[in-house]
Amino acid sequence: MITLVDYKAGNLTSVRRALDNQGIKNQVSADPEVVRRAERLIFPGVGHAGAAMKVLMDRGLDSALRDAFKKGTPILGICIGCQIILTHSEEGDTNGLDLMHGRCVRFRLDDPGLKIPHMGWNTVKITRTHPVLSHLLPGDEFYFVHSYYPLPEDPTKIYANSDHGGSFPAAIGMDNLFAVQFHTEKSGPVGLRLLHNFANWKP
Amino acid sequence: MLSKRIISCLDVRDGKLAKSIKFVDTRDIGDPVAQAKKYYLDGLDELVFYDINASSEKRGIMINVVQRVAEQVFIPFSVGGGLQTVEDCSLVLLAGAEKINLNSAAVRNPHLIAEASYAFGAQAVVLSMDVLRVPLTREIPSGYEIVINGGRTPMGLDAVQWAVRGQDLGAGELVVNSIDADGTKQGYELTLTRRIAEAVSIPVIASGGGGKPEHLYDVLTEGKADAALVASMLHYGEYSVGQIKTYLAGRGLKMRMTGGVL
Repeated sequence: MITLVDYKAGNLTSVRRALDNQGIKNQVSADPEVVRRAERLIFPGVGHAGAAMKVLMDRGLDSALRDAFKKGTPILGICIGCQIILTHSEEGDTNGLDLMHGRCVRFRLDDPGLKIPHMGWNTVKITRTHPVLSHLLPGDEFYFVHSYYPLPEDPTKIYANSDHGGSFPAAIGMDNLFAVQFHTEKSGPVGLRLLHNFANWKP
Repeated sequence: MLSKRIISCLDVRDGKLAKSIKFVDTRDIGDPVAQAKKYYLDGLDELVFYDINASSEKRGIMINVVQRVAEQVFIPFSVGGGLQTVEDCSLVLLAGAEKINLNSAAVRNPHLIAEASYAFGAQAVVLSMDVLRVPLTREIPSGYEIVINGGRTPMGLDAVQWAVRGQDLGAGELVVNSIDADGTKQGYELTLTRRIAEAVSIPVIASGGGGKPEHLYDVLTEGKADAALVASMLHYGEYSVGQIKTYLAGRGLKMRMTGGVL
């Protein structure tokens, strides 16, 4: 059973539908105790990092997530869920959960032809193998919508990159935590397969 | 780098698929959910559903279509047609759409763009515009005028100026539909598309006139569009998604080639 963390950050329903489509049992919860006891967690989210952290803290879900991480619960972060797991985000000068040391920075693009947010389909290239990305082939693309991207302090925690005016991390992970900047639930069959891989992942 | 996007536009009337030709006559051609799923499995990048002849009584039918699509189609899709208020938009987004398309309602009430952008985020707000070529005047310096009500009512508004204003108000993307080209299958309106793409820094989706893959190449390069809307090319089985993308990739455009399921 996968528990999706509900902290009013949107795209829960899209992720649920994607999981349902793959026959993966799932539930939604805003209850810190349920999150602590979960077998497996998905931490989705769109929107502003500062607003998201505020709701997490108001609901006590920040400490629940830290506990779940320490316990070894497999956790998948999506979009904002890939950003606020780090130490700090430039968006709103927000302190994150610090599950992984690093920061989240805004795109700074010199080319006027390149736009922010980074929105649309882009190629994701694996730099380090990981079971959650085991199905990826060269040329596979995922759907991105974001203005900030994750920068782990330790580069060995980067598993895949994409490129928007330069290379940036698109998938990061450590131990029982894995996170993707793109919307895997909106990235067609290759995105659904990633969810399937996560559901079966034994970290 | 980002790929150019191929987007299909499905016109829906009373929950059934229809295609308008120069906004004059409509013919029913099938089930929108089945069609959407077919295109999704063929590797299409994104979908737009237009609720034509939308009215508040029939809103529930469209919401049902949106819900059914969201259960089977896992690419981004947007919905437009008769959305008048933030509440209308909210229902559509909650039903499962990623984005909403505002057209006539935004022209009549530009503040709606700002309200929707604030409520849902700019990335969820697409400003669609129907544009007619007209003689240059002081009021319409670009020679392109905004029309509404399915192309029937000219608004005395310059299309390029409106595009910039829409971006300033918080639209995250633009759909630029040429009334002159729509349904002709003779190619997109390149000058119009390029003028708008050069005036804004948000993505521009070209619409109207796509008849063969070469047209898409032209509008995605010379027209400077980030994406192109195709309708009858796909709907009448003249070309497949794969054929269009293979052609464009063959001419050097970066396309998402691995999205299809055999």
